[in-house]
Amino acid sequence: MLDILKSPIVTFQEFILLAGRATTNIVRRPFYGSDVILQMDTIGVGSLPITILIGFFSGAVMALQMSRALSQYGATGQVGQITAITLVREMGPVLTALLVAGRNASGIASELGSMKVTEQIDAMRALGTDPIKKLVTPRLIATCFTLPLLTIVADFIGIIGGYLVAVPLLALTTSSQYWNNAWRSLEYNDIAQGLLKPLVFAVIISLVGCLYGIRTTGGTQGVGRATTQAVVVASVWIFVCTFLITRIFVNI
Amino acid sequence: MSAAATERKCILRLENISLAFDDGSKVLDGVNLAMWAGETKIILGAAGAGKTVMFKIALGLLKPTSGRIYLFGQDVTDFKEAQWFEVRSHIGVLFQEGGLFDSLTIEENVAYPLVNRTNQTPEQAHPAVKEALEFVELGHTLGKFPSELSGGMRRRVGIARAGISDPALLLYDSPTAGLDPITANNIMALIIQEREMRNATSAIISHRFQDGHIMANFRYNPESKRLERIPDDSPLRKSTRFVVMRDGRVVFEGSEAELDASSDPYISKFSMQRSAH
Ligand SMILES: Nc1ncnc2c1ncn2[C@@H]1O[C@H](COP(=O)(O)OP(=O)(O)O)[C@@H](O)[C@H]1O
Ligand SMILES: [Mg+2]
Repeated sequence: MLDILKSPIVTFQEFILLAGRATTNIVRRPFYGSDVILQMDTIGVGSLPITILIGFFSGAVMALQMSRALSQYGATGQVGQITAITLVREMGPVLTALLVAGRNASGIASELGSMKVTEQIDAMRALGTDPIKKLVTPRLIATCFTLPLLTIVADFIGIIGGYLVAVPLLALTTSSQYWNNAWRSLEYNDIAQGLLKPLVFAVIISLVGCLYGIRTTGGTQGVGRATTQAVVVASVWIFVCTFLITRIFVNI
Repeated sequence: MSAAATERKCILRLENISLAFDDGSKVLDGVNLAMWAGETKIILGAAGAGKTVMFKIALGLLKPTSGRIYLFGQDVTDFKEAQWFEVRSHIGVLFQEGGLFDSLTIEENVAYPLVNRTNQTPEQAHPAVKEALEFVELGHTLGKFPSELSGGMRRRVGIARAGISDPALLLYDSPTAGLDPITANNIMALIIQEREMRNATSAIISHRFQDGHIMANFRYNPESKRLERIPDDSPLRKSTRFVVMRDGRVVFEGSEAELDASSDPYISKFSMQRSAH
């Protein structure tokens, strides 16, 4: 029984340790600025097209799903509000994070994993570079910076997607009512959790990817294993954390 | 040990080093090893004997479960990573897989120790990098990436990178592993050249008995630019020592003659004399 618990607890301990070391490195010299920019490009710019696509369709499908329920209550005018709130609070952050987890937690884990098994991480330490500072910290900073931005993009495009379904396609409401309704329904609370979530998810995605990458053993097979594990673990934690954060915000 | 030897500086000493990984299996079991200034150590052993693990312990990349490590006269066993960086800056290393950075060009790879440790700009490092790459006959590959080179060429880049910061101790992990015999002999010739040029203490890990034999019996002649046999009475002969490892233990240490004379079937597998017939 204890043995079953041991491995996740050790992993969690390693995660916290890595988080601590990666964060303290943010303020320590040398600062690898060009690595941060490079990572922002692969994580942020690289994920943008697919974020737009997914954001658009999640908003559109939301409006579509709600159209029937709302017309039953004669409340089709509320479609803007429902789309905006669900997107900003939940769908936008979670879908974007899952997407980035699939793209980048795996990418980070496989890149660092292959560096580990080809002794590049050892070589780095042997040649005087701290791999946490050079590899982990830039990925952490870049993800924390880009994921909230990607989420905002997804939210906004989603609301547009909802609009296209609600107004031109199904004529549930008028254009001005949709936008007014969407805009005014968003409270401080919604925006706050809509931005806190991607920040937390960014920490999870980048550090889980790095941790599983750096821990890789067992050659090329090990890299494959690390990659899969990183995506699964990051995705599960995204759901657990969105639940916890929502729980806190519902009470406020 | 002779009086002259005890006066020499001890560069690296491993004292009773043991290491067990999480699963409990002992990978190293009470290893003792001493390297003296000017010495060439040939570390032989079958795959899985613990050679690479020992090499990583000597570099502080792995922490031993027990035992003590001394480098350049200091007890470095309990050093923090930041302190290890200073120690490692005096050691040149070639990793088994070459350990080149995929994402950097050959020039950036070889310049890495200079740019990182001595804060030189890449431009300042350029002449030294070019010279080091020309030494391994790869002066034309500066802008290429490691993936564009053959296995033997990558090893040669690794050798150039290991020597560039003029280290006091050079460690080569399996420089000839996975290479054909001709390429392997060229690599060994470069290592001999580097040994003599830098006058550094070197350790070569290998599973090929030929590598040790070349290191022990040949030297580089800068005039003819070729390897030549070391005369039998030269003191140089005494500076090459052999170590044989088996299942995490050192089972032999001595000169080539003593290695040849061993009657142990495992040890004599690494002897040129026995393997010849
Ligand atoms: N990170 C690790 N975790 C568990 N076992 C390891 C690890 N690294 C090496 N080993 C084991 O240690 C033993 C010695 O490995 P190594 O030093 O690489 O051998 P070699 O002499 O071929 O270089 C092998 O049995 C290997 O499986
Ligand atoms: Mg090895």
